[in-house]
Amino acid sequence: MRTAGIDIGSRTIKLVVVEDGEIITSSIADTTHDPLEQCERLMAQTSFGRILATGYGRHFFEAHFDVPTVTEIKAFARGAKEIFPGCRTILDIGGQDTKAIALDEKGRVFKFEMNDRCAAGTGMFLEVIAKTLGYELDEFGTEALKGEGNLQINSMCTVFAQSEVTSLLAKRQKREDIAYGIHVAILNRTLSLLKRVSTTPDIVFAGGVARNPCLKYLLDEALVREIKVPKDPQMVGAYGAAVIAGESAEIGEMTDSS
Amino acid sequence: MEKKDYRPMWKDLGLNLEGHDQLLAVLGNAYKDIYMLQENRPKAMQYLDFVISEAHGLRIEELMEEKRKGNKVIGTFCVYVPEELILAVGGTCVGLCAGAEIGIDEAEKVLPRNTCALIKSFMGFKLAGLCPYIQASDLVVGETTCDGKKKAYEILNDYKETYVMEIPQMKTERDRALWKGEILQFKDRLQEVTGRKVTPENLRQGIKIVNEKRRALQRLSQIRRAVPPPISGLDALLVNQIAFYDDPIRFTRNIHTLCDELEERVRNGMGVTKNGTPRILVSGSPMALPNWKIPYVVETSGAIVVAEESCVGERSTRDLVREDGKTLGEMIDAIVDRYMKIDCACFTPNEERIEHILDLARDSKANGVIHYSIQFCTPYSVESYKVEKALQQKSIPVLKIESDYGMEDVGQLKTRVEAFLEMVKG
Repeated sequence: MRTAGIDIGSRTIKLVVVEDGEIITSSIADTTHDPLEQCERLMAQTSFGRILATGYGRHFFEAHFDVPTVTEIKAFARGAKEIFPGCRTILDIGGQDTKAIALDEKGRVFKFEMNDRCAAGTGMFLEVIAKTLGYELDEFGTEALKGEGNLQINSMCTVFAQSEVTSLLAKRQKREDIAYGIHVAILNRTLSLLKRVSTTPDIVFAGGVARNPCLKYLLDEALVREIKVPKDPQMVGAYGAAVIAGESAEIGEMTDSS
Repeated sequence: MEKKDYRPMWKDLGLNLEGHDQLLAVLGNAYKDIYMLQENRPKAMQYLDFVISEAHGLRIEELMEEKRKGNKVIGTFCVYVPEELILAVGGTCVGLCAGAEIGIDEAEKVLPRNTCALIKSFMGFKLAGLCPYIQASDLVVGETTCDGKKKAYEILNDYKETYVMEIPQMKTERDRALWKGEILQFKDRLQEVTGRKVTPENLRQGIKIVNEKRRALQRLSQIRRAVPPPISGLDALLVNQIAFYDDPIRFTRNIHTLCDELEERVRNGMGVTKNGTPRILVSGSPMALPNWKIPYVVETSGAIVVAEESCVGERSTRDLVREDGKTLGEMIDAIVDRYMKIDCACFTPNEERIEHILDLARDSKANGVIHYSIQFCTPYSVESYKVEKALQQKSIPVLKIESDYGMEDVGQLKTRVEAFLEMVKG
């Protein structure tokens, strides 16, 4: 049977449909002010037997469609393990949160941590800083790789970091060097999170921020090994949810309550 | 039934009537959403619903009646203050308001922003004129359990006279001697405030009443360990919270009625949850009324809280005062010994707390432990490291949560708690 996973994140909504372990469709939309409409739009473009919701918006989805949910932690764990069977550690940096998850040999979560109420060092943070430096988000990592030096960014608060960047620009520092410094600051924060939770290989880097080549490069260097990044790092949670939906016999077919 | 108008009484007490109306409206709604929507509640919880609905009304009227009779009201913030002595001199011991995000603007005029929510709350309640209990108190008793409270009492003293008891930080003979000195001095102060003497007769009575209250709460603590639990963690916490406000004799009687009903449920195999629902022990900082955040998050995520290793919970009810003392001196010694056993994180070292947590996790058949620290509560936050380590050694899953009284992190907490429960369930 075709099963679907929908990951309703703070910035984007992801929908993946699988059948016999193969991805049939994979789609993404901005969350916008009306996430429910966006979910319906994505679902209308494909077909599936049952669906499982995850992400911060899972509960409104659950309330509306009466479908079961799993947390992002479990969904990412399952998705990453499916893509990289040797996965023991997952780093997921999304739009507004960062998670580190440790798996045992069988792929069960045994420890996890996520950032508290603040979005420091997440996708949102990169977006704000990229804009301050006049970069498009998609080119931010590539451009940062051209930078060098050891410009230190002390603040991890989005608002304070933005003003720090502004004052560095006023001192005529090169913007790629500032960009590099920002990435190093996120790296350090991420490393301390990973060290608290796990650095056991394979380490899988997922979430939208895994598309950033500078952060991937810095993590490889710091951990002295290659971090594994899935082809579609943003889709790992939705994929994991779709796989779990296929395994759980108790999950009923979706009933449309609208 | 028309509710009685307590506004004249609140006005006499110097409450800020407008703010107080808003507070009661907010609390009433929160109680409805969190408590009244629970399924399958024990009937005897109606008594607690009633006490809550009259917490600022009838109960305060009772206190005022006591005062008219010449009896004194003693307001406290901590389980170290010996209620036995207060009862001995005919006083009433009440916990003061400290469990809601109230009067923060006022509190932050005198306290640093990064102060623990409980301290900010009691200061806010006082400065904003919203706590009828502190207004009705003839004496407010503070204690030196942490730096934040200790220094905040100096400021509170500018607004309401605050008597401070020194709590030792270690448990040697010298510390016991210091604590005994504090108990004796507190006795003197109570005698001064009330104009009555502590005698072997009235102290024996005081010890008995407080022990009976603790026995009722111990009974509840035992019964809820059943599988499946006959009462929710939210309701059990509420009982422990109300223990600080209600008349102790009436409270004890009603809690036994509740326990009778719960035992009946257990005999019939009736619980508030399905079999297989994960059982959680909450350990750490006190959850003062109306701080229901953690059990609310846990119990709306498909688990049940089966015990609180907390001052509002096991820490205040675990130990009794020996009742075999004949002379006043022996009774005072029994009180000193009982209170020295409290395993507050203000002590160093505090190994007995770790032991208690491990025992309680085993006895309550908990599948996991949530360690809760109020944000900026240094003693519990720091001690959580040792707690986590000890639990991990016993392969008991543990989740550490640091939070304040605000609601903006509830979504985040829910994700963390749900992921923890997925982990516990395997």
